[in-house]
Amino acid sequence: MNDKQLQLSKQKQITPKLIRDVRERAIEFLLFLAAFSCVATTVEILFILISESVAFFEKVSIVKFLTDTQWTPLFSDAHYGILPLASGTFVTTMVALLVAIPLGTISAIYLSEFADNRLREWIKPCLELLAGIPTVVYGYFALVFVTPLLQKFFPELSGSNMLSAGLVMGIMIIPYISSVSEDAMRAVPVQLREGSYAMGATRLETALRVVFPAAISGISAAYILGISRAVGETMVVAIAAGLQPNLTLNPMEPAATITAYIVQVSLGDLPHGSIGYQTIFAAGLTLVLITLVLNIAGHFLSKRYREIY
Amino acid sequence: MVEKTTNSMSESIAVKPKAEVNNLNFYYGSVQVLKNINLALASKRVTALIGPSGCGKTTLLRCFNRMHDLYPGNRYEGEIILDTDGINILSRRVDPIEVRMRISMVFQKPNPFPKSIYENVAYGLRVRNESRRNVIDEKVEKALRGAALWDEVKDRLKDQAYNLSGGQQQRLCIARSLATEPEIILFDEPTSAIDPIATMSIEELIEDLTQQVTILIVTHSMQQAARVSEFTAFMYMGEIVEFDDTKTIFTNPSKKQTEDYVKGKFG
Ligand SMILES: Nc1ncnc2c1ncn2[C@@H]1O[C@H](COP(=O)(O)OP(=O)(O)OP(=O)(O)O)[C@@H](O)[C@H]1O
Ligand SMILES: [Mg+2]
Repeated sequence: MNDKQLQLSKQKQITPKLIRDVRERAIEFLLFLAAFSCVATTVEILFILISESVAFFEKVSIVKFLTDTQWTPLFSDAHYGILPLASGTFVTTMVALLVAIPLGTISAIYLSEFADNRLREWIKPCLELLAGIPTVVYGYFALVFVTPLLQKFFPELSGSNMLSAGLVMGIMIIPYISSVSEDAMRAVPVQLREGSYAMGATRLETALRVVFPAAISGISAAYILGISRAVGETMVVAIAAGLQPNLTLNPMEPAATITAYIVQVSLGDLPHGSIGYQTIFAAGLTLVLITLVLNIAGHFLSKRYREIY
Repeated sequence: MVEKTTNSMSESIAVKPKAEVNNLNFYYGSVQVLKNINLALASKRVTALIGPSGCGKTTLLRCFNRMHDLYPGNRYEGEIILDTDGINILSRRVDPIEVRMRISMVFQKPNPFPKSIYENVAYGLRVRNESRRNVIDEKVEKALRGAALWDEVKDRLKDQAYNLSGGQQQRLCIARSLATEPEIILFDEPTSAIDPIATMSIEELIEDLTQQVTILIVTHSMQQAARVSEFTAFMYMGEIVEFDDTKTIFTNPSKKQTEDYVKGKFG
C-alpha cells in the first residue's frame, strides 16, 4: 500500500521528464532523417551515374572516350570522344573567369576596403540581385544582345559562339566571387590593417599588400567556387554557344559544352538503355569528377592557408 | 595643476624635448576621453604612460601617429609639436601618412604581415618606394640586429613570419618599425601578450633603443615602467595626474592618487 503510493508519486515525477525525452528523441530522429536524406540522395545520384556509365564503358573503351577527337553519338558513324565537349567547357569557363576574377576581385577589394557603410549597403543587394536573375535570362541576354554587339566589332563572328556565352557567364558569377572574397577580406583582423597604416601605408597599399594576401585562402576558395559554377553552368552556353560539339580553343567559334550536350540529349526521346542515352551519364560523371577535383583543390587550398593570422 | 607639474618637469629634464603635447583634448564622437593633456617627450629617452584600465593611455598614444584618423567621428583639439621642425602633428594640414612615416608604432599583440620575415621588415621601405635591393638588404639586416633578432633568423629570412614564436614575432614587429629609422616609436603594452622570458628580452631591447630613438610606452606593469623608463606620466580618467622622473613617481610622488596607484591600492 505504502509502496504503491510511492511508486505512483514516482511516476508522477517521471512523467514530464519522459515526455521531454520522447520529444527530444523524436526531434533528433527527424533531424537525422533530414540529414540522412541529403546524403542518401547524393549517394543515389552517384550510384545511378556510375552504374549507367559502367554500362557505357562496356561498349566504349575509356581510352577512346578520352582520346577520340569527335563526339557524334547520334550519327551512324558514331564517335564517343569527350574532348570536343571538354574543350567547349574549358573555353567558355576560361572566358568567364577572365571576366569574373578581375571584376569580382576588384569589387571585393572596393567593397571591403574603400566603400563606406552606406554605399556598401547599397551595392551589396544589387550584386545579390545579379546572382538572383534566372540563368535562362542571361542566356537570352547573351544571344540577343551581347552577340549582336560583338558582331559589330568582329563581323565574322557566328550567331552562336563561346565568346559571348563566356562573357555573360562571367558577369553572372561576379557576385559569387566578390561576395566570398569580400567576406574573406573583411575577416582579416583590424590589427593587421592598423599595422600597415602605422607604417605609413595608404589604403590601396594596405589593401593590396596586406589584406589581400592575408585573405588569400578565402579568395582562392571564391575563385574555385566561381570555376565550379562556370563548369556546371548550362543554360547560358546551351542558348548562346551553340550545340555542335567542336574541338577548338577559339572562343569565336560555336561549340557545345558537356552540360549543353546533356540538356540537348535529355530533352530528346532516346530509348532507355541505348548507348546514346548512356552517353549522358558518362558526360555527367565527367562533370562530377571535374567539380570534385575542384572542390578538393579548394579544400586543400583553404586548409593550407588557414590560421595564417 | 597639470601645467605646474609639466613645468617643474621640464626644469628637471636635462635633455631637450622631442615632442610637446599642449592642451590636448580628444573625443570619440561626442565622448571626451582625453582632457587637457600636457606632456613632453624627452629626446632619445623612454617615457612611460601608466594608469588604470580605461584611463586613456592607448587613446593618447594613438594621437601621436594620427591613428584615430582611420575611423570617422574622432576629433582632436590642441597640438602635438614635433621639435625637430616645429610641425603640429594634429594639424589638419599635416598629412597623417607623413606623420606615420616619422613616428612608428608597435602594437599590443604581435601583428606580423602574412609575408616572409624579410618582407615584413622591408615593408616600410617598400611603402616609401625604396626599390634598391642592396639598400633594402642592408636596412633589413640593421633593423633585425637592432631588434636582437638577426642571429635567430638570418638563415631563414624567406620563412613565413607566422612560424616565429610570439616573442620573436613581437621583436620582428619592432624590427619592422625600426627599419624606417623613425624619430619616435610608440609602444602599446608590447609585452602583455607574450611570456615572461620574451618580455625580458623586449625590455632589454627597449633600453638599448634609447640611444637611437625617442620612445613612448604604455604599460600595465609598474615594474616594467620602473625598469625601462626615465620619465613616467600617471594618467587617471583621461587626465595626466602627475608627470615626473620615473624614480620620483615611484618613490616620492607628490599626488596622493599617484601614490595609491603605484602602491597598488587601486587599478
Ligand atoms: N573607438 C572607441 N570609441 C569610443 N570609445 C572608446 C574607443 N576606444 C576607447 N574608448 C573609450 O575611451 C576610454 C579610454 O580608452 P583607452 O583604450 O585609451 O584606455 P587604456 O588606458 O588604454 O585602457 P587599457 O589599459 O585597458 O588598455 C575608455 O573609456 C574606452 O571605453
Ligand atoms: Mg590600452
